Amino acid sequence: MESQLPLIWAAIIGTAVAVYVILDGFDLGISALFPFAKDDETRDQMMTSIAPFWDGNETWLVLGGVGLLVAFPPAYAVVMPAFYLPVIVMLLALVFRGVAFEFREIAGHKKLWNAAFAAGSTLAGFCQGVILGGMVQGVRVENGAYAGGAFDWATPFALLCGLGVVTGYALLGATWLVMKTEGPVAERARMQSKLLLLAVLGFMAVVSLWTPLAIPRIAERWFSLPNILFLWPVPVVTALTAFLAWRGLERGRDVAPFLASIALFLLGFLGLAISWFPYLVPPSLTIWETAAAPSSQMFMLVGTLFLLPLIFAYTAYVYWLFRGKVKPGEGYH
Amino acid sequence: MTLVTGREHYQRIARFWIKIFAVSFGMGVASGVVLSYELGTNWSRFSVVAGNIIGPLAGYEVLTALFLESTFLTVLLFGGNRVPRWLHTLSAIMVALGTAISAFWILSANSWMHTPAGHEMRNGVAMPLDWWAIVFNPSFLYRLAHMLNASYLTAGFVVLAVGARYLIAGRHVEEARTMLRMAIGLLAVLAPLQLFLGDQHGLNTLKHQPVKVAAMEAHWDGSKPGDFHIFAWPDEQAERNRFEISIPRGASIILTHDPNGLFPGLTSVPPQDRPPVKTVFFAFRIMLAIGFFMIPAALYGAFLWWRGTLFTTRWYLRVMAHTWWIGFVAVLAGWVVTESGRQPWIVHGIQRTADATSPVLGGTIATTLAMFVLVYGIVFSFGIYYINRLIAKGPQAQATEPPRAPGSPLSAAHDAGREALGRG
Ligand code: HDD
Ligand code: HEM
Ligand code: HEM
Repeated sequence: MESQLPLIWAAIIGTAVAVYVILDGFDLGISALFPFAKDDETRDQMMTSIAPFWDGNETWLVLGGVGLLVAFPPAYAVVMPAFYLPVIVMLLALVFRGVAFEFREIAGHKKLWNAAFAAGSTLAGFCQGVILGGMVQGVRVENGAYAGGAFDWATPFALLCGLGVVTGYALLGATWLVMKTEGPVAERARMQSKLLLLAVLGFMAVVSLWTPLAIPRIAERWFSLPNILFLWPVPVVTALTAFLAWRGLERGRDVAPFLASIALFLLGFLGLAISWFPYLVPPSLTIWETAAAPSSQMFMLVGTLFLLPLIFAYTAYVYWLFRGKVKPGEGYH
Repeated sequence: MTLVTGREHYQRIARFWIKIFAVSFGMGVASGVVLSYELGTNWSRFSVVAGNIIGPLAGYEVLTALFLESTFLTVLLFGGNRVPRWLHTLSAIMVALGTAISAFWILSANSWMHTPAGHEMRNGVAMPLDWWAIVFNPSFLYRLAHMLNASYLTAGFVVLAVGARYLIAGRHVEEARTMLRMAIGLLAVLAPLQLFLGDQHGLNTLKHQPVKVAAMEAHWDGSKPGDFHIFAWPDEQAERNRFEISIPRGASIILTHDPNGLFPGLTSVPPQDRPPVKTVFFAFRIMLAIGFFMIPAALYGAFLWWRGTLFTTRWYLRVMAHTWWIGFVAVLAGWVVTESGRQPWIVHGIQRTADATSPVLGGTIATTLAMFVLVYGIVFSFGIYYINRLIAKGPQAQATEPPRAPGSPLSAAHDAGREALGRG
C-alpha cells in the first residue's frame, strides 16, 4: 500500500489539475473573448453565463497547489521558485479578473474593469501555459533545490505553449457560449469556435512534433517498441474528436462542440501524462523521490477519498441548478 | 432569520449584507488563492521542513471548507429564485459554517507553528507521529476561540456603526433599529468574553512561549515581579524601558495571580533569540486598548436598550457610528503580536524565519513585492469604495422590488444589486 500512495496522489493531483483546466478554462476563455464581443450587452450576457461558476472553478486551482504541497512538498519547493515570475504574475492577473466580476458594476468604471477582466484572464492563461511548457522542458535541480535562474522558463517553446493554452481556453469559452446563449451571441461564438478549433489543432500538432524532436526521453516513450503499439490510438482518437467538434459546429449542435472540446483537452492532457511519467519534476525528480511522509499522505488520503466525491456532487448540483440558456438582457446584477 | 419570522424587513437587511459580503468575499478569494501559492514561491524551504505537517492541514481546509463556501455562496447569491427558501437559508448557514471550518484548519496550522507537537525531526524534516496531537496542539483551541470571537466582534461593530449612521440620518429607521439590537445583543456578550479568552490565551502562551509574553509586557528582568506598563518605550540596546507609566506588579498579578509571582524576562535568552520587543509591545497595547473600549461601549449600549433610550441617545449613536474600523485594527494588532512574538522562529524551536526563504534573488522578490503592493492597493481601494457606495444606498432600495414573473431567472439578489447601484 505504502509504495502505491505516491501513485494515487499523483493521480489525484492530475485529476484536480485536469478538472481545473477544463472548468476555469472555459471561464477564462470567455474573458479572453471579451475584446471581440460586439457590444456591452453581449459582454453582460457572457458574464452572466459564468458568474455563478467561476469561484468554484478557481477553487480547483487551490486544490492543485495545495495537493502538491500535501503529497510532494519537495517538488512543490522546487517548482514554485523555478516558475516564480509566471506564478506570481498569474496570481496577480487572477486577482484582477476575479474582482472585476463585482467591480464592473461600479458606474463610470465599466470600461476599465472590462479591460482588467480580459487582460487578467488572458495573462493568467498565458502564464499557465508557460509553466506547463517549462515543466515539459525540464527544471534544473541540484541537491533537491531549484538551481536555475529567474528566467530559465522563458524559452520559445514555453511561450508557444502559453499561446496554445490561451487559444485552447478561448475555444472552450466559445463553445460554452454556443451552449449557454442564443441568438446573435451564439452565432458569433460559433464562428469564433471554428477559427479557434483550427488554431488549437495547429498548436497541438506543433507541440506534439516539437517535444519528441527536442527531448529524446519523450521520443523514446512514444516511438519505441512496444510502446507505440499501445499509444498509436491517442493521436487517432484526437483527430476523431476534432472532427466531431467541427461537425457539431457545422450542424448547429449546441452541446456537442463543448463536450468535444473538453475531450480534446483531456486527450492533450493524457498525451502529456504519457510523456511525463514517472517524473513529477522532469527530468530529475520522480513521484517516489518527492513523496511526503507516508503518514501525511495517508492522513490526507482518507479525507480526500471521502470528500472528493461529495465535492463532485455539489459541483454538479450547482451546474444543474444554473442549467439552461442565458436570455439576452439578463444581466449579471 | 427571514425563514423564522417571515418579516419583510429582515429579508431586506439580509440581502443588504449578503451583497456587501459578496464584495468582500470576491476580494477574499482573490487574495486567498495568492496565499496558497506564495508558500511555495517565497517560502520553499519552509515547505520542505514543515510540509508534511502544514500540507495536510491546508489540504483539509480546501476540501472541507473552501469548496463548501464557494458552492453555497453561489446558491446564496444567484439562487434566490431557483431554489426553495429553506435551501437558500441553509446556504447562508453553510457559508458561515465554511468560514468557521476554514478558521479551524488555518489556525491549527498557524498554532502548530507556535506550539509544535505530535512530530519528530528526522534529517531536519518534521515527520508526523500523532495527527490528533498535531491538529489539537497546545495553543490551538485558545487561538481558535479568541480569533473566532474577534471576527464576530469585528462584524458586530461594523453592523453597529452602520445602524447608528442610518438612525442619525433618519434613513431606513426600521432596519437600523434591528441592526442595532442585533449588534448590541451580540457585543454585550462577546466583548467581555474576549477579555476572558484573551487572558486564558496569554496564560497558555506563558507556558509555551515565555519570551513572547515577556516581549508583550516588556519585562526584562525575570528575577523581579513584573509591572504592568500602561506606557513605556522599550530600549533594546540598554535592555530596559524608558518613560514607564506602570501599575506596580500588575503583570505578575495577571499572569501568576500573585503580586510576588515571577515569570521569565527577556534577558533569559540571548538577544538574537528575542522577538522585536517594540513591535510586540505596542501591538499588544493597541489590542488591549480596543478590547477595553469595546466592553463598556457594548455594555452601555445594552444599558440604554434596557432603559429604552438606545435609539434616541444621540451622543452614543454618534460615537458608535465611528467605530466600524476598531475590530479590524484589533485583529491586525493581535496578529502582529502573535506572529512577531514568534520571531526569530518561523516554526517555534524548529526553523528560523531566515532559513525558510526560497532560493530566489532579492531583486526578483523586490519587484514582485512592489507589484503586490500596487495590485492590492488598487483592488482594495476599489473594494472599499464600492462597499461605501452600497452602504450609502442602504437596504431601502431593495424594498421596491419589481414584480417578478414566476420562474423568471432574475434572482432577487440581482435586482437588489442593480438598484443598489442606481441603475434599476
Ligand atoms: C480566521 C480566518 C482565516 C485565516 C486565518 C485565513 N483565512 Fe483564508 N479565508 C477565510 C478565513 C481565513 C475566509 C473567511 O473563509 C475567506 C476570507 C474571505 C472569504 O471570502 O473567505 C478566506 C478565503 C481564502 C481563500 C479563497 C477561498 C475560495 O477560493 O473560495 C484561500 C485560498 C485562502 N483563504 C487561503 C488562506 C491561507 C493560505 C491562509 C493562511 C496563510 C489563510 N487563508 C488565512
Ligand atoms: C481585552 C482583552 C484582550 C486580551 C487580554 C487579549 C489577549 C491576547 C493575547 C495574549 C494574544 C497573543 C496570544 C499568543 O500569540 O500567544 C492575543 C492575540 C490576538 N488577539 Fe487578543 N486580547 C484581547 C482583546 C482582543 C480583541 C478585542 C481582539 C479583536 C477584536 C483581539 C484579537 C486578537 C487576534 C486576532 C490575535 C492573534 C491570534 C491569536 O494568537 O489568537 N484581541 N490576544
Ligand atoms: C505581522 C503579521 C504576520 C507575520 C510577520 C507573519 C509571518 C509568517 C511567516 C513568515 C510564515 C511562513 C511563511 C508563509 O506561510 O508564507 C507564516 C505562516 C503562516 N501564517 Fe503568518 N504572519 C503574519 C500574520 C498572519 C495572519 C494575519 C494570519 C492569519 C490570519 C497568519 C496565518 C499564518 C498561517 C496559517 C501560516 C502557515 C502557513 C499555511 O498554513 O498556509 N499569519 N506567517
